[in-house]
Amino acid sequence: MITLNKIQQILDDTRRESIEEMAREAARITRQQFGRAIGLYTPLYLSNYCSSHCTYCGFHSHNKIERIKLAPEQYRMEMGHIQAQGIRNILMLTGESYKHTPLSYLKEAAHIAGEYFQGIALEVHPMQTDEYKELFAAGVDGIAVYQETYDRKRYAQAHLSGYKKDYDFRRDTPQRAAAAGMRQISMGILLGLSEHVAEDLLALYNHVREMEQSHPGVEYALSFPRLRTVKSQEFARCDIDDAAFTKILALTRVLFPRVGINLSTREDPRLRDHLLEIAITRMSAGSNTAVGGYTLLKEENQDPQFDIKDDRSVAQIAALLREKNFDPVFTDWRRIENSL
Amino acid sequence: MNDPFIIAGKTFKSRFLLGTGKFRNKKELADSIASSETEIVTVALRRIDLDRHEDNVLEYVPKHVTLLTNTSGARNAQEAVRLARLAKASGCGHWVKIEVINDSKYLLPDNGETVKATEILAAEGFVVLPYISPDLYTARALVKAGAATVMPLGSLIGSNQGLRTKGLIRVLIDEIDVPIIVDAGIGAPSQAAEAMEMGVDAVLANTAVATAANPAQLAKAFALAVAAGRSAYLSGLPAQCPTASASSPLTGFLYDNPQ
Repeated sequence: MITLNKIQQILDDTRRESIEEMAREAARITRQQFGRAIGLYTPLYLSNYCSSHCTYCGFHSHNKIERIKLAPEQYRMEMGHIQAQGIRNILMLTGESYKHTPLSYLKEAAHIAGEYFQGIALEVHPMQTDEYKELFAAGVDGIAVYQETYDRKRYAQAHLSGYKKDYDFRRDTPQRAAAAGMRQISMGILLGLSEHVAEDLLALYNHVREMEQSHPGVEYALSFPRLRTVKSQEFARCDIDDAAFTKILALTRVLFPRVGINLSTREDPRLRDHLLEIAITRMSAGSNTAVGGYTLLKEENQDPQFDIKDDRSVAQIAALLREKNFDPVFTDWRRIENSL
Repeated sequence: MNDPFIIAGKTFKSRFLLGTGKFRNKKELADSIASSETEIVTVALRRIDLDRHEDNVLEYVPKHVTLLTNTSGARNAQEAVRLARLAKASGCGHWVKIEVINDSKYLLPDNGETVKATEILAAEGFVVLPYISPDLYTARALVKAGAATVMPLGSLIGSNQGLRTKGLIRVLIDEIDVPIIVDAGIGAPSQAAEAMEMGVDAVLANTAVATAANPAQLAKAFALAVAAGRSAYLSGLPAQCPTASASSPLTGFLYDNPQ
C-alpha cells in the first residue's frame, strides 16, 4: 500500500510531465477496466430538513432556509421527469434528519422509485445495519456516505452538532451498509475541508482497502467533491486546484483499478470533459440540487445545497459523451427482489 | 470440413463468441458481430434497457445470432437465478451464461455458487453456460447439474494476459465431455489460436475487441485465429519438442548389426 510520504511527494510534485505521466497510466487502466462506458445517474433531493450543523453545507440546521420535504405524489412527479430523460439509476438524497425523513419515509420512497428506476441509491443519514437491511429489501442497492474528512480535529470543528458529529458512527457506516447486503457503496472526502490532504487521502484509501477485505463483493465508488462557496461563505482550509485535483483522481485510479470514480455536477464542464479521459466512470447528469427542483419549484426561490456549475441536460451530456467517443450507460442494473 | 460445433443440440459454424461490454458505441459492436461472423454473443441483462430503442443493445444483435444473456452483477446463486428468470421473462431467451462474482476487485467467479445456480436453472429448462475458474471437481459437478458447456477463464477478466490457466484447462479438455469454451483474459488472436490448438471447443473474447482501435478488424482476426487453431487441432498437430531429435536414440542399438 502507498505511504503517506509517497502521497505527499506526488501532491508536491507540480512538474507538468509527472502529472501527464500519472494521468496516462490512470487513463490506460480506466480504459482496460471500464472501456469507454460512462455510467449516468441523476440526483433527486427529497428533503432539506437537517438536524446536523455542518459549517460548510447550505442545508445545515442553523441556516434559516425554507425547509421542504416532498410528499410521495410530489416526488413521483420528479421521478417521472427524470425517468423520461432516459435515466435508470437514481440517487435519492435528503438532509440528515431522522425525524423528518425517517426510515419509513425512505422505504416508501424506495418502493415508489422502483416503479421508475432499476438502480436505487441513497445519500441520507447513517443508519444501523437492520435499518439498511430494510432499505435493501425495499429495493435500495447503493449507499453513499462520505466521511468528509478523516482528520478528527477538523471533523469536530466542521460538524458542530447533530448526529453527524459522531465521527466513529459515520466511519463505520460502510461496514453496516455492506453487512446489510448493499451492492454499491460510495465513499469519499470533501477536498479542501482539511489542510492535511495527504493524510486524508491515505485514511480514505485505507478505509476502502478495509472494506474490500471485509466485503469483497461490494462495488465501491469514490467521490472527491471540492469544497465550494455557499452564499459567499468560505470554509475551505486549502485550495485544491485543478492540477492537484487531477493528480488525486489519477492516483486513486492507479491504486484502485476497479473502483468507480464519480464526478459531480459541481465541477465545471471543461474540467469534467477532460477528467472523463483519465479516471471517471460515473457522472451525474441533468442535476438539480434543490428539493423539488425538477418539476415543482422554481430554483431561484430556493437555496440549493451547492451551487451547480454544469447545468447541461441528460440529453446534452449523452450527446457530448458520444461525440467524445464514450458510451453513455443509462442502465447498469436490473432490479431483482433483494434478500439476504 | 464437417466440424459442427454443437451446444444443447444447436449447431454453430463459428467457434468464436463475442462479449458486448466496453464498446465505445453500439455501431462498433454491430460491426464486430458482422465482421467476425460470430453466432453467439453474450449480453449482460443489467445493460439491457428494452424501453430505450436507440440504447437497447439487443437492437444491434442480428436475429440469426444466438443471444446468451449473462447474470453479471449476481453475487450468489440466488441472484443469478433471479436475473436469469428475469431475462427469460423479458424475452431474452433461455440461453444463459452464469456469472456469479463476489469479488469486485479481481472479478473471479464463485465456483460453488455457480454450480448451485446451474442446478436450478438447468432443471428449469435453461441452456446453461457457466463461467468458472478452471477446476475439475467444479466442472464435473456442473456437467452433473446439466450445464451445456463449461467456460473456464484463461486469466483474470479484462486482463489480456492470455492462457495463464492452460494446464488446468487441459485437464478439463481431457476429462469433461461437454464443450469447453475459454472465456476471459484472451487478449490477442494468437492466444485464442493457442487455446483452440490445445483442443478447447470455442473461445469468447470481449475487452480486447471492444477496446481496440478498430474493433471490427480485431473481431475478424479473432474469428480467423479461432478457425485456424481449430483446424490445427483437428490436423493432429505434432507436439513441440525442446530439442532436435534423432529417430530412435534410446533403442536404436536393438537394430544395430552386432559384429
